[in-house]
Amino acid sequence: MFKRVQTDISNPVSIEFEGQKIDVEQGETVAAALMLAGKRKFQESAVSHAGRGPFCLMGVCFECLVEINGTPNRQACMILAEDGMKIRIQKAAIEETDR
Amino acid sequence: MKSFDVAIIGAGPAGMASAIEATRNGLSVIVLDEQPAPGGQIYRAIETVSDQRAAILGTDYLAGRDLAAAFRNCGATYVSGATVWNIDNGLKINYSRAGLGSDQISATSLVIATGAIERPTPMPGWTLPGVTTAGALQILLKAHGAVNDDVVLVGSGPLLYLVATQMLTARYAPRAIVETTPAGRLIKAARHLPRALTAFSYLRKGLAMKRKLHKSGIPFYANARAVAIEGTTTAQAVIFQSGGKSHRIETTAVALHQGVIPNQQITRLLRCEHDWNANQHCFVPRLDAFFQTTVENIYVAGDGAGIGGAVSAALRGRLVALRIAEKQGKDTIARQNDVLKKLKADQAIRPFLETLYAPSPENLLPADDVMVCRCEEITAGQIRHAVDLGAPGPNQVKSYLRCGMGPCQGRMCGPTVTQIIADHRKKEVGEIDYYRIRPPLKPLALAELAAIESEPTRHTPL
Ligand SMILES: Cc1cc2nc3c(=O)[nH]c(=O)nc-3n(C[C@H](O)[C@H](O)[C@H](O)COP(=O)(O)OP(=O)(O)OC[C@H]3O[C@@H](n4cnc5c(N)ncnc54)[C@H](O)[C@@H]3O)c2cc1C
Ligand code: FES
Repeated sequence: MFKRVQTDISNPVSIEFEGQKIDVEQGETVAAALMLAGKRKFQESAVSHAGRGPFCLMGVCFECLVEINGTPNRQACMILAEDGMKIRIQKAAIEETDR
Repeated sequence: MKSFDVAIIGAGPAGMASAIEATRNGLSVIVLDEQPAPGGQIYRAIETVSDQRAAILGTDYLAGRDLAAAFRNCGATYVSGATVWNIDNGLKINYSRAGLGSDQISATSLVIATGAIERPTPMPGWTLPGVTTAGALQILLKAHGAVNDDVVLVGSGPLLYLVATQMLTARYAPRAIVETTPAGRLIKAARHLPRALTAFSYLRKGLAMKRKLHKSGIPFYANARAVAIEGTTTAQAVIFQSGGKSHRIETTAVALHQGVIPNQQITRLLRCEHDWNANQHCFVPRLDAFFQTTVENIYVAGDGAGIGGAVSAALRGRLVALRIAEKQGKDTIARQNDVLKKLKADQAIRPFLETLYAPSPENLLPADDVMVCRCEEITAGQIRHAVDLGAPGPNQVKSYLRCGMGPCQGRMCGPTVTQIIADHRKKEVGEIDYYRIRPPLKPLALAELAAIESEPTRHTPL
């Protein structure tokens, strides 16, 4: 389980994941916040629909894609959690358009 | 469109040092980086880290504080949260700002300081939620003070031991360290020891780290082979062979690491030539003595120029800036020579490390049933089959199988695909080459694409 080295949340921000309200520390990325809340599945893979979760946390692997406030394909490890954000598991990853 | 003498992509040690040196020599500089703050990978969150976290991360990390402060004061235009997604031959650079829209600038010289990524580590079960890279755990610790109490570390390389040491210091020691370094590597590496001894402080730090880990009582499993992760919907256990026995460790979190490799997206996009580096097991852009690529006025500094570590990254950044200033008529030769000398000394440890921690053979050439392309779910066997059917290289395998066409744009499968093809065709890896990289480097929202022409450039000067 992920834990905060500093136990208290000092500047709370409230987000929602699949309808569940989660308090997180300001400045945390969406991915870090959800991992700290014990969430592991962020999206379903495009082909077999297997569960996937963050792998690299530095914007390289695109395994952390979620839907944020209705917009799909958002990279949870690169986006800071903001008050009131509504996050959902991403159902199908984007397809490439131009090659 | 605003234009600059120098555009630097990346605000890690290389990009920051380059910006400081370039502005000191009177050049106008813009630095674009997709992170929210300067620091790159090694110095991530360096400006905001708490004292408690700083103590866990150690002195090498804290060395970034002064560099980041000097960077903030150097007078370069710094745009954070800026993801570069295209650069054309005329050095017009497009970047998007955290989904807020896209801007364009132009530059006379380009410094690519986009650093390294962790080498992809294909093995059975590596796509299960709960499996991350070791670097990912370190990012969570640096930027968020988050640690996991149920981690099994698997792999090889200095960063693996650094992460383990940092976890130990945070009082969340890993459950076990499964080392995939094959037996006999130390003997092979020993011939590089005389040169490595000239960089004694690195050796001493490395040995101290390993001694501390061994003393802590964390179980070590040496020379592990046939590593796989078990689980139905999430990771549940790691299985492997070590010391003539089969092992199974139940765990909810597995962190993998097989070293780092240059991030080649931008140099590939710009059609710079690359060579296969057999010691580092990765492609490296072809560079002259001053880190200029095969394309005029395009330079690579830092780990993107071949893995050299943070100290060398900063030195390379400075050297490149001095070279650009020289081309614009400044007398910087004496300082260039000084930096070149320091660079040579700092690199003395590398051949030893590269031999000792060369990646595990079963990761470089995974078995047929292992998934290589995570996005499109293509296995090593499918890639070999495509080669048998006549696909000679990565780009043909890509069009046969869609391998490398998903959102990560080949970052997670490209190195493995090339090596599988080379091995299967019994060719040199360098000859097989790599995916052709096209813009956008990262998937864009349609609105961002549409905004390119019409939007005026916005900048946040320091
Ligand atoms: C996950 C990870 C953790 C590491 N941790 C350590 C450590 O603790 N200690 C250590 O000695 N070494 C560490 N390393 C090795 C490290 O790469 C180098 O020592 C050092 O950070 C290299 O510096 P650099 O300036 O070349 O690149 P980096 O420090 O990697 O900086 C590159 C910067 O470029 C940015 N960037 C990349 N692509 C784009 C783009 N398209 N648009 C905009 N910005 C972009 C990145 O966000 C990043 O900030 C780590 C490497 C990785 C991958
Ligand atoms: S976790 Fe890899 S891109 Fe976000």
